[in-house]
Amino acid sequence: MPPMRPLLELAGGARRLEGPLLFLQRKVEVGYNEAVEVVGDDGVVRLGRVAAVDRERLIVELLEGAAGLDLPRTVVRFPGEALHFGLGSGVLGRVLDGVGRPLDGGPPLPVSCRLRIDGLPLNPVARDTPQDFIETGVTAIDLMNSLVRGQKLPLFSAGGLPHDRIAVAIAGHARLRSARDDQFAIVFAGVGIAHDTAEYFRTSLQDSGALQRSVLFLNLAGDASTQRLLTPRYALTAAEYLAFVEGRHVLVIMTDMTAYCEALREVAGARGEVPARKGFPGYLYSDLASIYERAGCIRGRPGTLTQLPILTMPSDDIGHPVPDLSGYITEGQIVLSRSLDRAGVWPPVDVLPSLSRLMKDGTGEGFTDADHPALASQLYAAYARAAQARLLARVVGEDGLSDADRRYIRFGMRFEAELIAQQQPRSLEQSMRCAWELLAGLPGGELTRLSDEQIARHIAPRAGGVAR
Amino acid sequence: MSRATTESIAGPVLRARCDGPFAMGEALRVGRAGLLGEVVRLAGDELVAQLYEDTTGVKPGDQVEGLGRPLMVWLGPSLLGGIYDGLLRPLDGLDSPFIAPGERRRPVRRFSFEPLLAVGSPVAPGQPFGRIDGGALDLRCLVPPELAGEIVHIVAAGTYRDDEPLARLRTPAGTERVLAMGHEWPVRRPRPVRHRLPTEAPLLTGQRVLDTLFPVALGGKAAIPGGFGTGKTVLLEALAKSCSADVIVYVGCGERGNEIAGTLAELCALVDPRSGRPLSERTVLVANTSNMPVAAREASIYCGVTIAEYFRDQGLDVALLADSTSRWAEALREVSGRLGEMPGEGGYPAYLGSRLAEFYERAARVTTLAGGHGSVTLLGSVSPQAGDFSEPVTSHTTRYVRSFWALDARRAQARFYPAIDPLQSYSEDAAAVAEWWQRIFAALPGGGGEGNEWVVLRRRVLTLLDDQARLGRMARIVGKDALQAPQRLTLLCAEVLGEGFLRQSAFSPNDRACGAERQAQMLRILGIFLDLGHQALTTGANPEAIAGLPVLRRLQRVGEEIADGDRQAFADLEREMRQSFAALEGRSGSSEEARSDAPDASAS
Repeated sequence: MPPMRPLLELAGGARRLEGPLLFLQRKVEVGYNEAVEVVGDDGVVRLGRVAAVDRERLIVELLEGAAGLDLPRTVVRFPGEALHFGLGSGVLGRVLDGVGRPLDGGPPLPVSCRLRIDGLPLNPVARDTPQDFIETGVTAIDLMNSLVRGQKLPLFSAGGLPHDRIAVAIAGHARLRSARDDQFAIVFAGVGIAHDTAEYFRTSLQDSGALQRSVLFLNLAGDASTQRLLTPRYALTAAEYLAFVEGRHVLVIMTDMTAYCEALREVAGARGEVPARKGFPGYLYSDLASIYERAGCIRGRPGTLTQLPILTMPSDDIGHPVPDLSGYITEGQIVLSRSLDRAGVWPPVDVLPSLSRLMKDGTGEGFTDADHPALASQLYAAYARAAQARLLARVVGEDGLSDADRRYIRFGMRFEAELIAQQQPRSLEQSMRCAWELLAGLPGGELTRLSDEQIARHIAPRAGGVAR
Repeated sequence: MSRATTESIAGPVLRARCDGPFAMGEALRVGRAGLLGEVVRLAGDELVAQLYEDTTGVKPGDQVEGLGRPLMVWLGPSLLGGIYDGLLRPLDGLDSPFIAPGERRRPVRRFSFEPLLAVGSPVAPGQPFGRIDGGALDLRCLVPPELAGEIVHIVAAGTYRDDEPLARLRTPAGTERVLAMGHEWPVRRPRPVRHRLPTEAPLLTGQRVLDTLFPVALGGKAAIPGGFGTGKTVLLEALAKSCSADVIVYVGCGERGNEIAGTLAELCALVDPRSGRPLSERTVLVANTSNMPVAAREASIYCGVTIAEYFRDQGLDVALLADSTSRWAEALREVSGRLGEMPGEGGYPAYLGSRLAEFYERAARVTTLAGGHGSVTLLGSVSPQAGDFSEPVTSHTTRYVRSFWALDARRAQARFYPAIDPLQSYSEDAAAVAEWWQRIFAALPGGGGEGNEWVVLRRRVLTLLDDQARLGRMARIVGKDALQAPQRLTLLCAEVLGEGFLRQSAFSPNDRACGAERQAQMLRILGIFLDLGHQALTTGANPEAIAGLPVLRRLQRVGEEIADGDRQAFADLEREMRQSFAALEGRSGSSEEARSDAPDASAS
């Protein structure tokens, strides 16, 4: 963080300190939401922002721990602008704390431009439609929920599931199918994560050699919770710089967004705001949108910003406000399943509730394979039918099922064991080949999502005498 | 114009000390940037305003300027084909890809104008005084409602800028007023009409499950509730592209920027079958994405419906698509919370219900002030928390809409789109549009049957879906094999109905929109299939044999394989189906298997 130019300084104005809120007597001209530096007697500089202001009073929201501050000796500095982040070339390869200060013992970041951390809304007219298919190597994503550049596609996970490993696998394999030399970069934002998780990401990136084109922002579980409100914003500001100033294709991995939302709830509670659901403030949707909506492509600029946020669903509940509101903002979701994980399936992606909204724009003729969309749709239809048959079998036993239903149950088992589960990253062609094999085990008359021509080309040669 | 001085600021809520009279709902500007706001509360000499823009940097002491009028928008022909923010400021043609707060100018466009009145003609409020060539549409220049008098000057035909004075009118009081192609109107006030009319024709959506099972009438109102990922936005976009309205107003209220960009690109690329010009020429996009200021999200819905009424007043049928009304309700909640109002259910303000009622009440089919007929149809999506329809926004909305299109997560997970749940959805407009549909059936080859064929077939389909759900529950207890033959046939028929009629891909070139005639043909051929199936059962065939007929696959892929207007293909399919069943009958008479099944069939 480069030093801000202090314009105004206020000493001895502090009147009250309550949780993350510092109440000051207003003696200076300060605007709403402007940045604040609070310096205690201990010399530690804490970042904050103006949360409310009237003629007499000024309420500062401290974004770092208040411990160690007292009232008479606290000095507050006002740079006269909203929080900014100074960035320049050379930010790649660095490890920073949650507000962009070096943690790796390296020199301060070089600064060639200063960007507002809140960003400004991207004009929908200036957006380019995201349609470059990214091959992640994960069949459940590539084949059935394709990711495209500029998309925001979260992993809905839960405690104990291998979301970190999936994120690392995607970061390591993600590539465009056209073998272009890519200006690829990774921004990793650890929000309230455990030390070992942070260490796992760092060493994995290092081992794969990706650390040189990555920036890490780490707000660990032990750091001030209010700082968590800033970490995604600093990380996204760096990502926007890399994407739209340096012209790179940036993948932003943010984990864990649930910790972010909990920090927001904490601050809202301290402000005495009326809570909406489960104690979260009513503006949680807008606040999350101000983070997620920063993914995209801008017409006429070379770079793109793709987001892969990870959130853990408290008690595996997809209806919890955090996954629920995220799902309404993001362009789909990849949902992990505990029962698949227990069955030893890796990656344990539950495809039925998973979805990629931008898949239609980046797959099919001219993008991936002409038959890709129909194949994905047919797999979904068949697997949903298999799930239904399985439910039926659990009640009445497999003997009570029709022959077709029994074939669907077999299909469902093979689908999980052979298509979803994978040891190695697969190319899209490999995934598709595997999928055609599976579908060939179903009665041909049932494949209503495929055209006659597609059946003749892909299913019939594999099915032998099976298809009707 | 009154002035005031800012006292305090928190989020979008500003308090200021007044230096003169302010009115409730008066529009105002704050500070040097001229941030736009609106008075929401008055107490003594203090006013409370909600600001429609990011308030970063606003300080106590900043000047507030009252504009002396409520929040107004400019309504004119150049709205068509444009994209605007929640306050109807253009988003097109900005220098930076990012949107900074502050004022923006409306770009001026030129249109060819032809006067309809001569000097000396008396004019009534809302009367057209000129014609404009709007590309895809023939538009009118309207005298603003509430203005009447006599034309004292009018320009000759020619091409004019859309902000140029085109005519002058002398009011009965003797003052002269200038008329232009467009005029301003307060967004929160419904535009006046001569009177409201009963609904009769449907708004065709091109979606079979909606038009046939749960129609919405022109001037009707429909809600589309559904959890995330159930296809609300895809469905609304499909309606924007293919519904039968003259003008489409699409309000993206607190939704995704990438989707708006995609919609915009598609509307520009798609060719309107009616005029052969880009579809965007009869579309207005209002985009207030989820990361744009929240208070403007509240205003965007009103802006959208005001635009819709303006085009209605020219005698056009307008559809307003709002995605999503829940985000609008959340904006109400957020501002209400900041004002310190007592929260009601779910933290929403107590006036949520009345605001929703006011909004949906603006849907109507009317006789306009000028005597023409026009309509505004409102279609709003609802995003209930955790897909729970008992939450306040959904439950209030249910009370005010006439068509309810519930989306079902289970169908969406199987990629069965549109994921309309036929058992939870309903339409109160079905009776009103039945006659219209009968005329479509009567025009088919073979003419109309006795009574209203549409009503009969529709009821049959709904009954079949109801039976399917009941039998599905039963099968879960006793097993599918334990069901009797007619019951197994019912399940088979319901499956064919689902795949062959209800499912419709929004991305299929042939099936993304289905014309009324093709819907009627598909419905009729399904009816024939049901009859043949039952008949075959009585002559001894079993449901599994019917399920094995190759013609079933054809029937399930009709949407993909038969195009609008291809009457021959339907005739061929019907013949093939009758032949298949006839052959089946011939076989089953001698088959061992069928005989063993026959007592089962007769027993029921």
